[in-house]
Amino acid sequence: MRSLPETFSNWFASHGWQVHPHQQEMLERADDPALLLIAPTGGGKTLAGFLPTLIDLANHPHDGLHTLYISPLKALAADIRRNLETPVAEMALPIRIEDRTGDTPSSRKRRQRADPPHILLTTPESLALLMSYDDAPRMFAGLKRVVVDEIHALAESKRGDQLMLALARLERLCPGLRRVGLSATVEDPPALAGFLARHPDPCHILMADPGPAPDIRMLHTETPPPWSGGGGVYAIPDVLEQIRQHRITLIFHNTRAQAEIFFHNLWLANDDGLPIGIHHGSLDKVQRDRVERAMVQGRLRAVVCTGSLDLGIDWGDVDLVIQVGAPKNVKRLVQRIGRANHRYNAPSKALLVPANRFEVVECEAALEAVVAADLDGDPRGPGPRDVLCQHILIAACAGPFAAEDLFDEVRTAGPYADLARNEFDACLDYCATGGYALRAYDQWQRLKQAPDGRWHLRDPRASQLIRMNIGTIQDTDTLKVRLKRGGGKPLGEVEESFATSLTPGDTFLIGGRIVRYESLREMTVEVSRDGGRKPKVAVFSGTKFATSTQLSQRILRMFQQDSWPELPRHTSQWLSLQREVSRLPEPGRLLVESFPHDGRMHVCIYGFAGRNAMQTLGLLLTKRMEELGLAPLGFVSTDYATLIWGLEEVLDPTALFDPVALRNGLDGWLAGNAVMKRTFRGAATIAGLIQRNTPSTRKSGRQATFSSDILYDTLLKYDPNHLLMEITRQEAMRGLVDFGRIVEMTQRVAGRIDHLRLERVSPLAAPLFMEIGKVPIEGEGRARLEAQEAERLMQEAGLV
Amino acid sequence: MSEAAPLQGYAFTLSGEALIARGSGALYWPAQRTLCVSDLHLGKSERIARRGGSALPPYETQDTLQRLEEEIDALAPDQVICLGDSFDDAAAAGALDGPTLIWLQRLQAGREWIWIEGNHDPGPVGLGGTHLADMSKPPLSFRHIAQTTATGEISGHYHPKAAIKRTGGRARPSFLIDSARVIMPAFGTYTGGLHSHGSVLGSLMGRSAIAVLTGPVARAIPMPR
Repeated sequence: MRSLPETFSNWFASHGWQVHPHQQEMLERADDPALLLIAPTGGGKTLAGFLPTLIDLANHPHDGLHTLYISPLKALAADIRRNLETPVAEMALPIRIEDRTGDTPSSRKRRQRADPPHILLTTPESLALLMSYDDAPRMFAGLKRVVVDEIHALAESKRGDQLMLALARLERLCPGLRRVGLSATVEDPPALAGFLARHPDPCHILMADPGPAPDIRMLHTETPPPWSGGGGVYAIPDVLEQIRQHRITLIFHNTRAQAEIFFHNLWLANDDGLPIGIHHGSLDKVQRDRVERAMVQGRLRAVVCTGSLDLGIDWGDVDLVIQVGAPKNVKRLVQRIGRANHRYNAPSKALLVPANRFEVVECEAALEAVVAADLDGDPRGPGPRDVLCQHILIAACAGPFAAEDLFDEVRTAGPYADLARNEFDACLDYCATGGYALRAYDQWQRLKQAPDGRWHLRDPRASQLIRMNIGTIQDTDTLKVRLKRGGGKPLGEVEESFATSLTPGDTFLIGGRIVRYESLREMTVEVSRDGGRKPKVAVFSGTKFATSTQLSQRILRMFQQDSWPELPRHTSQWLSLQREVSRLPEPGRLLVESFPHDGRMHVCIYGFAGRNAMQTLGLLLTKRMEELGLAPLGFVSTDYATLIWGLEEVLDPTALFDPVALRNGLDGWLAGNAVMKRTFRGAATIAGLIQRNTPSTRKSGRQATFSSDILYDTLLKYDPNHLLMEITRQEAMRGLVDFGRIVEMTQRVAGRIDHLRLERVSPLAAPLFMEIGKVPIEGEGRARLEAQEAERLMQEAGLV
Repeated sequence: MSEAAPLQGYAFTLSGEALIARGSGALYWPAQRTLCVSDLHLGKSERIARRGGSALPPYETQDTLQRLEEEIDALAPDQVICLGDSFDDAAAAGALDGPTLIWLQRLQAGREWIWIEGNHDPGPVGLGGTHLADMSKPPLSFRHIAQTTATGEISGHYHPKAAIKRTGGRARPSFLIDSARVIMPAFGTYTGGLHSHGSVLGSLMGRSAIAVLTGPVARAIPMPR
């Protein structure tokens, strides 16, 4: 058993601290090849990760890099550096600590490569970039430990896959490397351990004391929530009252648009002038920094935020977390709740604010899941191949490699442990030639095999482009927003699709203020201040999460209760009425209602498969209806249902849900759809088929979309089995398309469809009519309407 | 072509001649067995790549020719008039690859083929057929850019498009037709468009002009202004 050296125990004692049991155990297991620590927020997790490093460096002087720390956020790397420098300075340890991110000046970056510090704090992308240089073996010589912080967040995206490939590479340069993963609470710790460890090394899982159970409830409001919508604006007076009663409140929203609208309304009602800020990923960095500083200094009483505040950084004395809108995912809710009372052994306090009537049910289901510690999450598929393609190109930048060696190395990365040789070869072939349909183009012929069989870059100058393209973060194309007068002050960013929908004079919200759209100049949206109280265009799109499978199932089970005493009266009455005039959806069955409304036939499908899958289902079903002559005109989807309207009534819904027909729809017709193209675009950028947009390239995001769409159409037509098309189809099983959940739904239902023909709209379907995001269908139905409309117009104009 | 099968498309007359605006974007003159298409822009992607823009695969040339072949197969015209901007520029015409050239020759075989010059392809292209600045075929005349004083004129150039607003339909490439002229939609794949309510088209076309939207069914509406 290792004990704490005296310097360290004195230091702990001087602060009146005790070593946590999990910190002690981390020390004892310091020589494990891999170790995963799962601890709640504020559990001294980071120090636990670094203790073995600090002690080793204190006792054994070391030349060069000793420990590499990887975090998902640049800001976190800088924050941890500051936090580590305190004990290092106080114990006078001979340790140099530096961070290295995209924000680090290039002079320091060069110096770091020549003379690395003992502890380097960085991000997966910066590490991948370092690995692409031919001096990587020299820089990493002597490296002993790697600490991966917030690994639960990294493991949910391709950034984690890229990181594990980089660690596989590092392991070869520095045999015997120790890996430590630091994670928040997750649903499947062994899977995360397998992700982290060098395959097939074992990985011990250390569970820190989770602390007391959170104090979490639904916020009682004077006004009942509205029937639809996502803003939670009705709850503003009650939220303000909560802010008054607490020191610092974090108010989480699921989308940036909702955060903006809520913040705007909060200010309109903030008669006491409480200091309240806003923080989300679309705001300009200067503005975000200002809010972060104000929070740490305790100058704010509340911050309206999104997932941008989900991770690690210590935001001061937060004592209440409010989640506006259904949390969609229990695991994320638990992690968010942990933001309150960022101290060990104090219960976190959280309030849920359902944004509409349906979300009352969802919030109640989420509360029960939190109490039952029933976390959700889908098992990750095998390591994505677009990331592997990028890794192969990065390896080629660093120097020639033998295919066998790289294949063996890649298979030591957890996510790629089961990679087959032919899959690897397909990726290598793509990197070398661009694939069959693109073989005639120089720009995609990047690798060449030397006579000794090793692969290298065909043109060494290509390394510059490859380096510029490193990373897997999917940034939607955004445009900067600036004030036209007042020195062109940057306000933040909006998505390009939103910017193109604006016409001069439109007003919208950004950073909590109303601005008027003036003009689009090159890559910048120019706006002016607007004194109006009501923005004309209130929404710019943001991430839309889908409700998790587990939470959806819990809601369906709740529907089966005889009564709902735990729900507010307005909601339980609504469910009772639905049961009376129609029926409630059941687990293992599929409820389909059809009814006439406003001169159109409607069909409502309660699939409970999450927003993305229900959206895809809408596309597929309307296509089937088109084939069956039912003349659909449009549809709208939520997490729980899809509502379709058209000219003819659906009499036999079973015919619509034929799994083979749905599958064919995905492969055939849906293949040409914009969601598939967006999926392709992500994979094509990561795999280096198209270049990421950088500020230096003059082409606008729209042109990039144009050419990636055209590449997609071309491959679809002339090379449908191209590697990137295969990757796109695989990705379509989850994410934006989420076909996997449609398959899962049809299997769960297994043909048990309850079709009810009603005379009018049912209570459960009614809110869908008020949903935004209706999708029009171009087909026979619209052609019939167009024919009528064209005839009417011609007659009116006297042209017939 | 059997005599019983009526020709699909929007039928109208210009200077007394019966014409058909096809859903494909081609114009057919049955009495003369003449097929007219405009603004093919063959070789567009190749030209953009040459100018250093984003590289698009050249498959749009094949797509355009494929649709042209379908029209030729369906109508078996004696004469084909390409109404200018058939090539994205003179170099693009020279850069067409072997299979594409053979394909073009096959389409040209057994019929008269006229290349009218456009602003993108002002000179002869050396690809068979007759090259003309414009062409008179009384009572109609064919040229790339409309002249305000002409009558019985068929032209292209503007790539007009229009939409049926009330049903929420998207803008589609459209014929613009009045008593004096027809402005043809672009037949080429990946060509942009100009809304008919733009001022240029608004002043060119007479008061009772109509727009014929291309698509599965060619559909006439009063020209949106």
